[in-house]
Amino acid sequence: MKRIISILIENKPGALARVVGLFHQRGYNIETLNVGPVFDGSFSRMTVTTRGTESDVEQITKQINKIIDVIKVSDLTEGEHHEYEFILAKFKHTDKILKTLKALNGKIHEKNKEAMVMSAWGSSSEIELAIKTIGKTNLIELVRSGSLGLHEGIKVLKI
Amino acid sequence: MKLSGGDLLMRALKDEGVKFIFGYPGGAALHIYDSIFRQKALDHILVRHEQGATHAADGYSRATGKPGVALVTSGPGATNAITGIATAYMDSIPLIVISGQVQSHLIGTDSFQETDMIGISRPVVKHSFIVQKTEDIPRIVQEAFHIATTGRPGPVVIDIPKDKTDPSILYTYKRKKEISLRSYQPRVIPHPGQIKKASKNILSAERPVIYAGGGVILGNAHKELIALNKLLKAPVTNTLMGLGAYPANDKFFLGMLGMHGTYQANMAMHHADVIVAIGARFDDRITNTPSMFAPNARIIHIDVDPASISKIINADIPIVGQVKESLAALIKEIKRSKIKMDSEALESWNIQISEWRQKHGLDHDRYLSQFKSQMIAPQVVVQELYHATSGNAYVTSDVGQHQMFVAQYYHFNKPRRWINSGGLGTMGFGLPAAMGVKLAFPNQEVVCVTGEGSIQMCIQELSTCLQYNLPIKIININNEALGMVRQWQDMNYGGRHSASTYSDSLPDFVKLTQSYGHIGMKVTKPSQLRKTLDKAFSMKDKLVFVDVYVDPNEHVYPMLVAPNGSMKDMWIKKNTKA
Repeated sequence: MKRIISILIENKPGALARVVGLFHQRGYNIETLNVGPVFDGSFSRMTVTTRGTESDVEQITKQINKIIDVIKVSDLTEGEHHEYEFILAKFKHTDKILKTLKALNGKIHEKNKEAMVMSAWGSSSEIELAIKTIGKTNLIELVRSGSLGLHEGIKVLKI
Repeated sequence: MKLSGGDLLMRALKDEGVKFIFGYPGGAALHIYDSIFRQKALDHILVRHEQGATHAADGYSRATGKPGVALVTSGPGATNAITGIATAYMDSIPLIVISGQVQSHLIGTDSFQETDMIGISRPVVKHSFIVQKTEDIPRIVQEAFHIATTGRPGPVVIDIPKDKTDPSILYTYKRKKEISLRSYQPRVIPHPGQIKKASKNILSAERPVIYAGGGVILGNAHKELIALNKLLKAPVTNTLMGLGAYPANDKFFLGMLGMHGTYQANMAMHHADVIVAIGARFDDRITNTPSMFAPNARIIHIDVDPASISKIINADIPIVGQVKESLAALIKEIKRSKIKMDSEALESWNIQISEWRQKHGLDHDRYLSQFKSQMIAPQVVVQELYHATSGNAYVTSDVGQHQMFVAQYYHFNKPRRWINSGGLGTMGFGLPAAMGVKLAFPNQEVVCVTGEGSIQMCIQELSTCLQYNLPIKIININNEALGMVRQWQDMNYGGRHSASTYSDSLPDFVKLTQSYGHIGMKVTKPSQLRKTLDKAFSMKDKLVFVDVYVDPNEHVYPMLVAPNGSMKDMWIKKNTKA
């Protein structure tokens, strides 16, 4: 099943490569990956989605935890969590696409005769559905942020 | 006083208590080498290949418990060091590998002797640093030693661009009193609740086995292990890496377990009701088919590395902590507990084990009948070596049949005496590792047991041994073939010896050794063996290479039946399953 792994890591050169490399070394795949600096900028927060059984993910999180630069790791899918993904899409617009993306907090950034650029965000399943709605023939270009995740409630990843 | 980057490095290494640097110079490391020349606290050992430097530092570390240090240049120097780094990584050996790097402004330009050492070593290091500011060198060295030696130990690479050791750039040396990393705090003390649970389970066991690995040696916990079993009187088996953690001559010792483990050790594991795994990692060479592993056992697993627990075999009672502290806590808890072990059950378990030992245990009397035969059995060489060294030598080995024969027939009673590449299985390890051991313990007997295949992978280090006067004894168990490969080809490939023989093109090892300035001896008959070994060991200040021709058809047994076998499924001799 799909797993969302959240990682708090030192914002140091090479730190991201250690995490990404580990997935490959241990035989796991990364489906999506998002990373950016947080707090005072000396930390990075990553959200990685992958697929695996419970024991796979236990092993992945333990191995990630062993990386010296990693401060905290959590499998968000173990409990209640928030998950969203952001997209930017360029497409030949139709009313149906417009309506779908508007429902996903859509915002128009550019509009001309040939194409339209819109952003939208929603749960990964909503985003998947929206991409399907745009359809192969209308879609010109697409970028995805990958999943972004947080624990629900008071549970947090911090030092 | 202000120091250059190279001098800062030397000072930092000295303050870590480093005595030896094993290395090989080159362009990007030349500033550092000039600093080495201008100091007296550390000895530099010039090897003949960077793989030798890392193995020598590794051998030094395994024998002493202190981290080993290697120094190489950029590019090929760095890539040649990789095998040694990976060897240390797989066996959790603390190693500091310092690599010169091209100047910062040239990084990424495909400059001469440039290689991305951080990238290329990433999968086989515990951690790595690239020096971005000269003044960071002392801090990085301190952090590197801290990381390498604490928690589950491992190799750490420090990559230093040449401009960071520029002799004209000077900084004041500063050393922190304590190292604390916000992202790295390995657990030392085990959870008391888990210790209680473990104690309860152990004391309620009827068929317990202690399965102790290299972690007991790395964690300097052999005394605690012995103390634990003074209380329990349970059978104890050691992994290849754990040999010496429990005295081999103790009556509760089963011998090694696993692929080439003893019959009684593997049978005991399979039939146990409680397995206490201590600093061991359920390697695939131990468990055989994991789903068929010890079907009736509850598993208690003590390890400093949480990722080792329930990785292959699910642990019923995981205990994360340093082995030493965990065993101390367990001993205390067992002493305090009101539960008494079922001594009758334990007695009949020990009787069962004796029966297994009688039935298919290693044939220790074998050599008595050997003097009549034409060929020397390789096992006998190890038995004779044990005899010649009174079982007290530091023994390094390479990889293959000879390694297994030493593990089976040289009875290690003390930790850190058996030095071999278990996890990575690196041929070429034995000779340079022996150099590291001999430098650490110049007055001790240091023996490298090798094969004619392995020894040729790092034979150039014979030259290093001459330069630094390292009177190692090399026992070459020569079967004129890649013995373990051939054994598998005999057993699984219809005896087709694909690329495993070279008898027509082997060097004359006696002459080869002599040309390196050492003594060479050759043995072909059983009757010459003891005499020759005694003569070799009487030459205290000479490196002696004893080339022993053995029966090329000998296989290593027992051997676990694979695939689809459990630990009770073993070949005990040619074409015979137990």
